[in-house]
Amino acid sequence: MTSLYWAVADGWTITRRDLTHWVRQPTPIILGLLFPIMLVLMFGFLFGGAIAVPGGGDYREFLLPGMFVMTVAFGVEGTMIAVTTDAARGVTDRFRSMPMAQSAVVVGRNGADMLDSVLVLAAMIGCGLAVGWRWHGGPGATLAAVGLLLLLRFALLWVGIYLGLVVGGPETVAAVQILVWPIGFLSNVFVAPETMPAWLGTVAAWNPLSATVSATRELFGNPGWGGQSWIAQHATVMAVLWPLAIIAVFFPLSVRAFRRMSR
Amino acid sequence: MSVVAEGLHKCYRDKSALDGFDLTVAEGRVCGLLGPNGAGKTTAVRILATLLRPDGGRAEVAGFDVTRHPAEVRRRIGLVGQHAAVDEVLSGRQNLVMFGRLYHLSSARARARADELLTQFGLADTGDKAVKQYSGGMRRRLDLAASMILAPKVLFLDEPTTGLDPRARNEVWAATRALVADGTTVLLTTQYLDEADQLADDISVIDNGQVVGNGTPDQLKTKIGGDRIDLVLHDADDLAAAAATVSRVTGADTDIDRDDRRLSAPVRNRVAALVEASRALDDAGIAVEDIVLRRPTLDEVFLTLTSAGTGHGPRETGRE
Ligand SMILES: Nc1ncnc2c1ncn2[C@@H]1O[C@H](COP(=O)(O)OP(=O)(O)O)[C@@H](O)[C@H]1O
Ligand SMILES: [Mg+2]
Repeated sequence: MTSLYWAVADGWTITRRDLTHWVRQPTPIILGLLFPIMLVLMFGFLFGGAIAVPGGGDYREFLLPGMFVMTVAFGVEGTMIAVTTDAARGVTDRFRSMPMAQSAVVVGRNGADMLDSVLVLAAMIGCGLAVGWRWHGGPGATLAAVGLLLLLRFALLWVGIYLGLVVGGPETVAAVQILVWPIGFLSNVFVAPETMPAWLGTVAAWNPLSATVSATRELFGNPGWGGQSWIAQHATVMAVLWPLAIIAVFFPLSVRAFRRMSR
Repeated sequence: MSVVAEGLHKCYRDKSALDGFDLTVAEGRVCGLLGPNGAGKTTAVRILATLLRPDGGRAEVAGFDVTRHPAEVRRRIGLVGQHAAVDEVLSGRQNLVMFGRLYHLSSARARARADELLTQFGLADTGDKAVKQYSGGMRRRLDLAASMILAPKVLFLDEPTTGLDPRARNEVWAATRALVADGTTVLLTTQYLDEADQLADDISVIDNGQVVGNGTPDQLKTKIGGDRIDLVLHDADDLAAAAATVSRVTGADTDIDRDDRRLSAPVRNRVAALVEASRALDDAGIAVEDIVLRRPTLDEVFLTLTSAGTGHGPRETGRE
């Protein structure tokens, strides 16, 4: 069991390195917190009047779960940047040439990014409360909603690690940064899939982000689009299945990409 | 033997990077792996440091096979790669403590070791600054310090001074010499002939993924033709006649450098050649400004081994 001990201990050492980054160089994490808050204010107050809320509820009640999920999606880019920077600087190679647990590089990344997500989500929830968003479910449902958001973040983390390992480089990071937007728009975050052209609506409804958005709207007791399609009716199940499916694909891919570094 | 490589092969897709690479480094020696850009130096180091699996051949480092017992090898090596592999945001001290923890030192021991190394590598005053603010030479020294945390048996240095200014280069050389004095076995790659000459006990010349020459710097120089005689004439018009005269004495072809009014030829018998050449030129009435005997420079060794020696065209050996 000593190898398991070292896997955790070394992983924690690498996580702590990121936490030290936050203290020594707080600008990126502060920007990471401010950006989604700015989006909430922009969409909530600037565009809010122009968008009709299903069932006529409060727009910001409707908006926030979608914003939480967008924030989660933005996290991919942070993971990618961290992975590519270490690979490009040779830090990953130094780790690999050391007698430490080899899994720690990835375990440490997970730890740091999940802590970052918790922090960002907490800030977003605080911001939501400040602009009038509320949860209306019991504590169980509310915690379940937060759990689903973190589950999605955990799944996307593996996407970020994989992309960081295989397509590394600042250009691809920029591409991902940009791609997050159409993927976000092609969901139910801002627009009801039913109102889109048929095929686009299907894509949007099946977008993994949509499942988590619908499920959290339900669990928080916020207004949602509803919808008669199978996928709209089974949002909570899909909000669990989608992340698991993503993990099932990208976890082995990431492990393979890590092994391939020695090819 | 601290490092043994036998017939290492490595291909990247269809491009061969190592093609039957053989190398041995005895314990406590500093081996300079000297070769031009793209010769396969980094590939060789990465295989020996367990970062890359060879496609063929075998290698042992500190007594352990690199593919079968990589964990044992990792416990006994230090690696300084081509780029300073340290965290830019952390301070020098924080880097060393982090790496010390990852070498499984206790927290107190890791901090103590960081202090020792910062002092040893002349970073005691700047240990708490972010690495971002370090100069190139300081980064390199921190990089060296990080690879010395466990006092490795074998240290790999991949082009430790490439891209450094002369002052930083001297700093890194001094740091390396100090390690060597402690008895660490070092495999150092370089494109710089003077660097290999300065630091290495043994030199292996690598070209196109193969070692094309081995020996001490002196042996290598002898191997490719021994001493040379250089003459500078007073008058460039005499060059052709003087070359013929010198060739008669040395029994070998004489190189002519018209711009410097210089002649150069290999000699077998040093003193006799010097005396006979100056007498013959004097008899022919050719005025000589300067005449010297010298050993070939490593540049000449290198060019002979990598181009003439393996049948490739001549190549640039200038610095980047
Ligand atoms: N990751 C890689 N993919 C493809 N080719 C590579 C890779 N790394 C090195 N090479 C090629 O292998 C050869 C040897 O490279 P390298 O070992 O880096 O040489 P050196 O360190 O002596 O400059 C070069 O021709 C280089 O282009
Ligand atoms: Mg190289």
